Amino acid sequence: MTMSDTSRATDARRAMPQSLIALRNICVFLARTPTSAFGLIVLGVLIFTAIFAPLIATHDPYVQDLQNTLAPPDAAHFFGTDELGRDIFSRLVHGSRITLTIISLVTVVVGPIGLFMGTVAGYFGGRVDTVLMRITDIFLSFPSLILSLAFVAALGPSLNNAIIAISLTAWPPIARLARAETMTFRKADYIAAARLQGASPARIIWKSIVPMCLPSVMIRLTLNMATVILTAAGLGFLGLGAQPPMPEWGAMIATGRRYMIDSWWLVTFPGLAILSVSLAFNLLGDGLRDALDPKQMMKR
Amino acid sequence: MAIELKRRLGGIAGQAGSIAVTLFGLLILTFAIGRIMPNDPARAMVGEDASPEVYRAVYEQLGLDRPMWEQFLLYLRDVLQFDFGTSIRSGQPVLHDILHVLPATIELATFAIIFGASFGITLGVMAAVNKDRWPDHLIRVISLMGHSMPIFWTGMIGLLVFYAGFGWVGGSGRMSQFYIGLVPERTNFLLIDSALAGEWEVFRSAINHIILPASLLGYSSSAYITRMTRSFMLDQLGQEYVTTARVKGLSKRQTIWRHAFGNIRVQLVTIVALAYGALLEGAVLIEAVFAWPGFGQYLTSNLLIGDMNAVMTCVLLVGVIFIGLNILSDVLYRIFDPRTK
Repeated sequence: MTMSDTSRATDARRAMPQSLIALRNICVFLARTPTSAFGLIVLGVLIFTAIFAPLIATHDPYVQDLQNTLAPPDAAHFFGTDELGRDIFSRLVHGSRITLTIISLVTVVVGPIGLFMGTVAGYFGGRVDTVLMRITDIFLSFPSLILSLAFVAALGPSLNNAIIAISLTAWPPIARLARAETMTFRKADYIAAARLQGASPARIIWKSIVPMCLPSVMIRLTLNMATVILTAAGLGFLGLGAQPPMPEWGAMIATGRRYMIDSWWLVTFPGLAILSVSLAFNLLGDGLRDALDPKQMMKR
Repeated sequence: MAIELKRRLGGIAGQAGSIAVTLFGLLILTFAIGRIMPNDPARAMVGEDASPEVYRAVYEQLGLDRPMWEQFLLYLRDVLQFDFGTSIRSGQPVLHDILHVLPATIELATFAIIFGASFGITLGVMAAVNKDRWPDHLIRVISLMGHSMPIFWTGMIGLLVFYAGFGWVGGSGRMSQFYIGLVPERTNFLLIDSALAGEWEVFRSAINHIILPASLLGYSSSAYITRMTRSFMLDQLGQEYVTTARVKGLSKRQTIWRHAFGNIRVQLVTIVALAYGALLEGAVLIEAVFAWPGFGQYLTSNLLIGDMNAVMTCVLLVGVIFIGLNILSDVLYRIFDPRTK
């Protein structure tokens, strides 16, 4: 074990309880704020539904029943049936898996890209910083939906391409944040110590800087999830995201649109599903922002 | 004085340089999007049945046989001459098409921002004044709601309730089918055109049609304005001059609106300018729902048929508008805030 490893290990050990206490504080704070607690509950329900979708759904989401199309909500079909007689409740339940897939894949792609761009720019500074941040600015100079639209058009409409397109537009804020974080402890003694011991920049960034950026990046990712969900639903609605017969909520609204005037349930329930999930993320994000605001922390 | 001037000029030059670099990057990005599109533009132009010779000729005419960097230089040259190519679908120059549809979107977005800003600023001030009491919590939920709605869905529900249900507003489109073609197109801003022509029936119909999409769009953008107004106001209300004003005997209302609000106006202008740019995103979706013949419709319909020139130009234009609004809000801040002088 080298010197730097030992010092890092002690650093980590000293830092661990601190961050755990902070995490507990945040959870307590969120649970106490009614709006954030609501957000947490909705997300819990979403994850539960996605995991146990086949058990919760009352019907097969793909099976058509042409004898029973556009049936209003009743005991057999909680949210009614669509134009092909498929059970809307079951489609929504299975659609939660798609939503969860989008969220997790975007997170997995965006986090590393943003971290890489941000930490490298922040650590090296100078010309590297200028170039990388210029690229970030270019991506930032579009509303995310419009840039994803263009990317999906280029790649061809499908759920996977929608996820790629959303990821391509969602990394710049993360990169900015990671850069700002990196700048604050780039000059710290422990980084200088690691450098003097001959650690390569790649090693310093990976072992000493990335772990420090991780918490705030994770929080920022949560905050962005509402936007991601709305963009994905918007792409689905425009026919550029998930393709029928997939029970994606935005796409369900798009097909339900033709029957909207006579059968309100076709568009109402999928929309409520999108609204509640994105509202949940927004409420949670709002709470997190308050929980981490140093001014608020002082008061507690 | 001279040093001061030099410093400021240097600042402006530096800013102009960075804007130029960003614009150049924007062009690279739109070019890349255009080139990785799966459609073959030459094939789209000549059709499926064209002979190989004709196809080859068009292929070479479009410069597709040249190396990528050369194609990019050609694209750059064209853009600098404001030549954005021809739309495959309409056969017209893309720029001509876009300028034709843009007024409809500007009309919609302007109404939306007027609504969104007045709603958002009022709510923001109210939330700040009643911090941590029930109006603050209620306003937080109202504004987060606006931020969380899928706007295409709210548009449909709005149509279902206010058009099909109550019949209070006009349906989709910019005016009733009945009036289409009645007003000569001068500016393409329907409200201006109909007023100029003295067609007040059409004017009323246009107002009836714009009110629902514009207020929904405005509501969705008001969340950001509310949040910023609230935090700016909280900063001001915590300062000592507010206490002084109250001790002096000014009414609460005067203290809030004349003193505290007066000090955040500059910041609000910049926020509203940025929110205006963000409206474009919602406009794409709301135009799809309301069959609004604007920029968003133009973009999405051309995306679906793969009209490359049109899509590239739309994306470029949105980028330019965004950068422009950023600069504008920066400039406004400098002009209005005495401290930056």
